[in-house]
Amino acid sequence: MELFLQQVLNGLTLGGVYSLVALGLTLVYGILHVPNFAHGAFYMAGAYAAFFIIDKLGLNYWWGMLGAAATVALISVVSERLVFHPLRNAPYLHHMIASIGILLFLEAGAQAIWGADFHRMTTPYNQILTFGGLTMPAQRLLIIAAAFLLVVLLQLFLKKTVTGATIVAMAQNREGAALVGIDATRVAMLTFAIAGALAGMAAVLYAPINLVYTSMGHLVITKAFVIIVLGGMGSVPGAIVGGLIIGFAEAFGAFYISTDYKDIIAFALLVLILSVRPQGLFAKGAH
Amino acid sequence: MKLLNAKVGWTLLLVLAAAFPFLADNDYHLTVMSTAFIYAIATIGLNLITGYTGQYNLAHSGFMAVGAYTVGILTVDYGMSFWLSFALSGFVAAFLGFFVGIVSLRLKTHFFSIFTLCVGYIMFLVIEKWESLTHGTVGIMGIPAPENIGPLDFSEPRTQYYMVLFFLAASVWIMHRIVHSLLGRTFMAIRNGDDLAQALGINLMRNKLLAFMLSVFFSGLAGGLYAGYVRFLGPAVASVEHTFDMTMYMLIGGIGTLLGPLLGAIAMPWLTQYLQVLQEFRFVVFGPLLVLLVIFLPYGIVGTYLNRQRRKAAMRAPAAPAQSASSSTAAPKQGATHA
Repeated sequence: MELFLQQVLNGLTLGGVYSLVALGLTLVYGILHVPNFAHGAFYMAGAYAAFFIIDKLGLNYWWGMLGAAATVALISVVSERLVFHPLRNAPYLHHMIASIGILLFLEAGAQAIWGADFHRMTTPYNQILTFGGLTMPAQRLLIIAAAFLLVVLLQLFLKKTVTGATIVAMAQNREGAALVGIDATRVAMLTFAIAGALAGMAAVLYAPINLVYTSMGHLVITKAFVIIVLGGMGSVPGAIVGGLIIGFAEAFGAFYISTDYKDIIAFALLVLILSVRPQGLFAKGAH
Repeated sequence: MKLLNAKVGWTLLLVLAAAFPFLADNDYHLTVMSTAFIYAIATIGLNLITGYTGQYNLAHSGFMAVGAYTVGILTVDYGMSFWLSFALSGFVAAFLGFFVGIVSLRLKTHFFSIFTLCVGYIMFLVIEKWESLTHGTVGIMGIPAPENIGPLDFSEPRTQYYMVLFFLAASVWIMHRIVHSLLGRTFMAIRNGDDLAQALGINLMRNKLLAFMLSVFFSGLAGGLYAGYVRFLGPAVASVEHTFDMTMYMLIGGIGTLLGPLLGAIAMPWLTQYLQVLQEFRFVVFGPLLVLLVIFLPYGIVGTYLNRQRRKAAMRAPAAPAQSASSSTAAPKQGATHA
């Protein structure tokens, strides 16, 4: 039973990180209508920004997170302005190739500055907490709490504020949103900024228990793709639920099946589900 | 049009390639060129499914790895001859491609790409983790050189170069036959519009699947050659970055043209060679280059040239219905007389 609960906690940790990344991806999908391959590189950039602030400048962990969120939001907005905006009427293939270009640039850039080594990010939350037989590193609890908080805040923002509503409106219908006087440019930039900040914060949360390296975004972003395909592209609740499903599938798969193949589980799940339901699990009709 | 008279141009290219070993001053240059040729074969394959049929397959390097590991495993672990296992490599990739294609091609546009991205990851991870079959991260070492055929000794760099060139020339010729046949036009019709193609009575699934299998056949064959040429294999062969490399070659030369991807795949490795500083960080330059190309020169060098030729021709003969130079699809439409 304790082992089982341990896996539940692991699943929540992974699921929280995946949900945050997938949320950004799904929001941007609402604007671009094309998945942003560079999102994983944004995640990686966030980890490096925080690594620089915490371990080189010697500031504390929370400054690192703030700095990462701001840096990645900036990178994200700049790429929207310089790359995705000029391409807004181009065929999907061009979008994808351009986002791959950004991805390659950011990864090579990080490698040029920090080298190909793996780095360890220090965190003040090294304690191991125990509650009645359950052991839990504090950092993992922090991930779960922070991810939960961010998801709730994002939901409130999207549902309760006018600015949030404009994002939802844009995702639902671009022309309709423009007709009622929503400034598409402003909303697109805002969405990219939020998506970037979420990816940056997810990276800073997860990096202390993983490591910081240039290809750290690859698996995370691919899994985020799986999540938004499962949850329906552009769907916010879908991204949260999908993130948790993949997180739990991995935690339990690693424990009950094999640690070696745990990374395959998410992809196998996608292949399986798309083979049966090409439109995704929760999607209403094909896009 | 007269300037780039197709036959003369291709013959000239072939003569240049055949003369290259006599112009190159060392074996290293031969190695660079041979490796570029091998990737050119794979790029030509990617161009068939992406440039001509409009489906961006991100598992392409995974299929190249399948071909390469077919040769590696059969020669090293089962003592099979290189030529026999090489002959199998393309078919093994196409066989696997059948099953991947039948599932993935039901999806359209970026859903297809995401699906194949995941398939590529599965291939990579399986190669890395299934140690009893693939030797895992250690990789397959000591793959034998291709056996001699008569007086041809394939441990010689120069003979190896001609071997690779032979298969590249054969691939280009076959691809030329494909894209200028009714089949090629069918593929292009699918690229230019699924619905319209279907309305014309084209069986979408069958033709897409055929394009996919042909495409990965080339990739598998390139992988087989790679195994026999480099004679060492690691899981990195399957990494999606190689697909990105091929995408860049394809885009720079001109996506959806025959000559473009070939030129891109040959020119770009040389560019990286000469910008030695870049080696490791080549994507600091090539990443933004990819973005700029997509924004400002989406048809690549060859595609832009062909479009201009076509526009001039259309202006010279105003009576003839213009063959639509203002195509909004991913790649230019192909004239029958062109490269």
